[in-house]
Amino acid sequence: MSLVGLSAAEMRRRVAAREVSCDELVRAHLDRLTGVEPRIGALLLPLADRALEKARSQDRALAEGKEAGPLAGVPVVVKDLLDIADVPTTCGSRILEGYRPPFTATAIARLEAAGAIVIGKSNMDEFAMGSSTENSAYQHTKNPWDPTRVPGGSSGGSAAAVAAGIAPVALGSDTGGSIRQPAAFCGVVGLKPSYGRVSRYGLVAFASSLDQIGPLARTVDDVARVTSVLSGHDPLDSTSSDAEVPDFAAGLEDVPDGLRVGVPWSFLSEGVEPETLARFRESLKALETAGASLVEVGLPHLRHAIATYYIVATAEASSNLARYDGVRYGRRAPGAEGLRAMYGQSRDEGFGDEVKRRIILGTFVLSSGYYDAYYLRAQKVRTLIRRDFEQAFEACDVVATPTTPTPAFGVGEKTDDPLQMYLEDVFTVPANLAGIPGLSLPCGLAGGLPVGLQLLGRPFDEATLLRCGAAFQRATDHHELRPPGY
Amino acid sequence: MVRVTVDTVEHVARLAHLSLTDEEKALFARQLDEVLAYAEAIQGLDTSDVPPMRHALAGGGLRDDVPREGLGRERVLEDAPDRADGLFRVPRIIGG
Repeated sequence: MSLVGLSAAEMRRRVAAREVSCDELVRAHLDRLTGVEPRIGALLLPLADRALEKARSQDRALAEGKEAGPLAGVPVVVKDLLDIADVPTTCGSRILEGYRPPFTATAIARLEAAGAIVIGKSNMDEFAMGSSTENSAYQHTKNPWDPTRVPGGSSGGSAAAVAAGIAPVALGSDTGGSIRQPAAFCGVVGLKPSYGRVSRYGLVAFASSLDQIGPLARTVDDVARVTSVLSGHDPLDSTSSDAEVPDFAAGLEDVPDGLRVGVPWSFLSEGVEPETLARFRESLKALETAGASLVEVGLPHLRHAIATYYIVATAEASSNLARYDGVRYGRRAPGAEGLRAMYGQSRDEGFGDEVKRRIILGTFVLSSGYYDAYYLRAQKVRTLIRRDFEQAFEACDVVATPTTPTPAFGVGEKTDDPLQMYLEDVFTVPANLAGIPGLSLPCGLAGGLPVGLQLLGRPFDEATLLRCGAAFQRATDHHELRPPGY
Repeated sequence: MVRVTVDTVEHVARLAHLSLTDEEKALFARQLDEVLAYAEAIQGLDTSDVPPMRHALAGGGLRDDVPREGLGRERVLEDAPDRADGLFRVPRIIGG
């Protein structure tokens, strides 16, 4: 059997047993990339030479008796907002053209220390702002299930790469759904860990109170293994938590006793496409069959989550993106007269429309006269949303929703209407606002396209989410589906 | 009610150091007005006794202030679009 399509766990097993070399694994996936990439456009930067060098040095170390790491030989793709020293980071933006960071993200350093091999950097919406990867300044990524559909976003390249077998594992980042929504649209698993679970050192910041790095893969087991590697306190990120990191892959066989799944039916009544809703109802049945009991939960303030999110996130973004000024790195507009003009022109040329729109909105909601009415009020509503979840988790252990209200939409369908694009995130943004973990699982097809089941958990209780997800994958075979032609 | 006009966008763009074209200003005014009209719903909530949530983690905070090696001037300047004499060079600021 081909090496492409194996789980990361199986690849690691074979490497540890010396049945396959890291070099063979990397070559097989680079060949896969060459074969499928013209149809998808998942990567902004393949790293073939670097990957082969890392593979050979790991093979030498293994031959000398070094113990295989928990991800030994596993090829991974990382979203192009994670820094690797001396390798370009674009963040999907022209404004970072030419930038080669002098440091490596902790998430990547941990993956590599565990034996994983980065084979490329994936396409994304510029500065992770978008839900379709159409806001990349460089290329469009196609959904492997249907090239006329978007792969979702902003981690669209990472999700498409996993769906197309370019790598068994990818890293994304999730500020309002940017791991879970593309995972759902491409038919793979995606986890947004709890806020604080994974160090963000070396992650390009979008909205610092919401951003979180997480994995995408085909199986819950692989997601669990990668999450254990990524998690834990990092002295280089003071927002990373020192909460204990369990071995998430151990104990996936156990369905938590008396597991209660909460369903916020009144929130879902705001509009889910009928086939997507049908897949969701079937998924709830599967969870019941696996031993869970269903309860209804209220979550009354979630209907305000989108408004709250787009105020908080843009405010933080306008501040974070102030650093791109054409002075220290990245693009500078040539020939500007004076410093202020150089700032303004560099930023106008360097940022795309969606980024400018969000900088304007974020600056507006923070500006004198509007701060209390918008930003401060949104932060208070955020508290109400957090309390909603605290209350819900007294009655249940996980909350279930569809990941998205519809399957993947068409290329170009929502690019002219930012509000419609924002409403796509209705089910995913609450987790970021509350700081809780969220897992998206493939739960079947709607109109021939994948849709996702989202499970939300208590802060730092990824273990329950992953166990619940593993039980779902034992009870169903949706994760075995492959895009036609792949 | 119009919340965002072209004048608002111009004002905010100045604050954010963005030089926008006239087309961009008109487009963003219309689109941001729509977004803020949508966001209007949260104005109706009673939040008088609700504290603002700035962060999802309580506590956290400050590390010890321990000196350590920086990245090094040469390496950092390598990424600069313009540099001279070990410094970032920018257009004239005073007397220009």
